[in-house]
Amino acid sequence: MALDKNQIAKRIGQELRDGYYVNLGIGIPTLVANYVPEGIKVILQSENGMLGMGPFPTKETVEADLINAGKQTITYLPGASFFDSATSFAMIRGGHVDITILGAFEVSEKGDIASWKVPGRLIKGMGGAMDLVASAEHIVVAMQHTNKDGQSKLLKECTLPLTGVKCVKKIVTDLAVLEVTDKGFKLLERAPGVTVEQIKAATAGTLIVEGDIPEIAL
Amino acid sequence: MNKTVNNAREAIQGMKDGMTMMFGGFGLCGIPENTILELSKTDIKDLTIISNNCGVDDFGLGLMLQRKQIRKMISSYVGENAEFERQMLSGELQVELVPQGTLAERIRAGGAGIPAFYVPAGYGTEVGIGKESREFNGKMHLLEHAFKADYAVVKAWKGDTAGNLIYRYTANNFNNMMAMAGKITIAEVEELVPAGELDPNFIHTPGIFVQRIFQGVNYEKRIEQLTLSK
Repeated sequence: MALDKNQIAKRIGQELRDGYYVNLGIGIPTLVANYVPEGIKVILQSENGMLGMGPFPTKETVEADLINAGKQTITYLPGASFFDSATSFAMIRGGHVDITILGAFEVSEKGDIASWKVPGRLIKGMGGAMDLVASAEHIVVAMQHTNKDGQSKLLKECTLPLTGVKCVKKIVTDLAVLEVTDKGFKLLERAPGVTVEQIKAATAGTLIVEGDIPEIAL
Repeated sequence: MNKTVNNAREAIQGMKDGMTMMFGGFGLCGIPENTILELSKTDIKDLTIISNNCGVDDFGLGLMLQRKQIRKMISSYVGENAEFERQMLSGELQVELVPQGTLAERIRAGGAGIPAFYVPAGYGTEVGIGKESREFNGKMHLLEHAFKADYAVVKAWKGDTAGNLIYRYTANNFNNMMAMAGKITIAEVEELVPAGELDPNFIHTPGIFVQRIFQGVNYEKRIEQLTLSK
C-alpha cells in the first residue's frame, strides 16, 4: 500500500532530532508538525518572521498580525520570537535552520529541484523556496512518486524551471524513502507491500538498490 | 524637527509619476493600509513598486493595480490576484520576481550602504540569468544589487514623534528593512505617542530612518487565510 499524505508526513517526522530548528513548506510538509516523535522538541521557523510557531488559533485567539509563510493564521509557543525578513533569511542562508522540508514538482538524480513554475500556467513566484534550497544543509522533499498522469517525478534531469541545483538530500514519497547520491537515487526504504520492482517502474532517474530494502516503519 | 504629519494625505506630499516606492507587509499582514488607500485616490502613475506581494483584488496594493498606477512590480510572490494576472499577461504590467530572502537583503543593503553582495539563492536557475557569479568556499553565488526607493512606506504597531517604531508579531516582515531604504520613509502606526513614552530598549526601527509619521485610522487588517484549530 502506498503511503497517504499523513503517512508521508509521519515518516518525515522520524528525520527530526531534539532541538532542531525546522522550516516546513506548504502542503504535506505542514503536516509534519503533527508527527513530531514523542520525547523530541523542535522549534518551527516561519520565513515571514517567527520562531516558535504553534498550532492554528481558535476563534477567540485569532490575530490578523500573526500568520505563517502560507498566510494562515497561527499561534506562538512559549519561547517564540518575531523578527524582520532579513533576519529570517539570515537564519536560513546562514545555516542556522537544521532541516528544511518542502514539496516539489520534480527532483533530479543530482539533487536538482523544480518546485515553483510551470511554463504556460500562471506564474506566482518563488517566495522563499530558492533561498531555502540554496542554503539549508539538510533538505527533505515530500512528494508523490508520480504525477497525476502517472509519470515519474524522480528524473535524470528536471524538465521544469529549477528552484535550485544539487541541493536535495532525501526524498520521501508515497512509495519510498530515497537518498540522493553521486550515482543516483539510492533506495533506502519502501512503503509496506510495495515491491522494489514497482518503485523501479515509477522512477525515471537512476535507482540504486543494494541488498534487502526494508519496509517503512510507521 | 517635526516628523509628525496629520494623515496619509499629508504624508504622500511629493510623490510623483515614475517614482520607485517600497511598501512593507507580507501578504496583507503589516501593510500600510492608510497610505495605499490614499495613494489609490490620486492620479500618480507609472510607479515601480517593491513589495513582497501585491495585495488582493480589492485590498492593499491591489487597489493601485485596479487604477493602473503600477508600471513595474518587484516581488517574490504574486498569486491571489486576478487583476494582477490579467495585467501581467497583457503586458501592461512588468514583473520582476526575486527570491524572498534576496529581496529582503537587497532592501537591507540599500538602506545599509552596501551596493551589491553575493548569495547562493537562484544560482543555476532563471534568476541567475545575466548575473555575475562567483565561487566562495566551493559553492556558487550570484551577485545581487541593492534596492533603494524614492519613498518607503511602512506600517508599525506603535511609534513615537521621534520616528521610533515597534512592530507586532509577524507584521514586522519587510517593514523594518524598507524603513532604512527610502530617501523619504513614511511610517503609519496604530498608536502614535510623544517621544519618551516608548521604552528605548524595545525599539525595532530607530527614528533616524523615518522622516514622516502619522497615526492611521480604521485599520481593517484583513485576513487572507483564516485557519482555526478544530
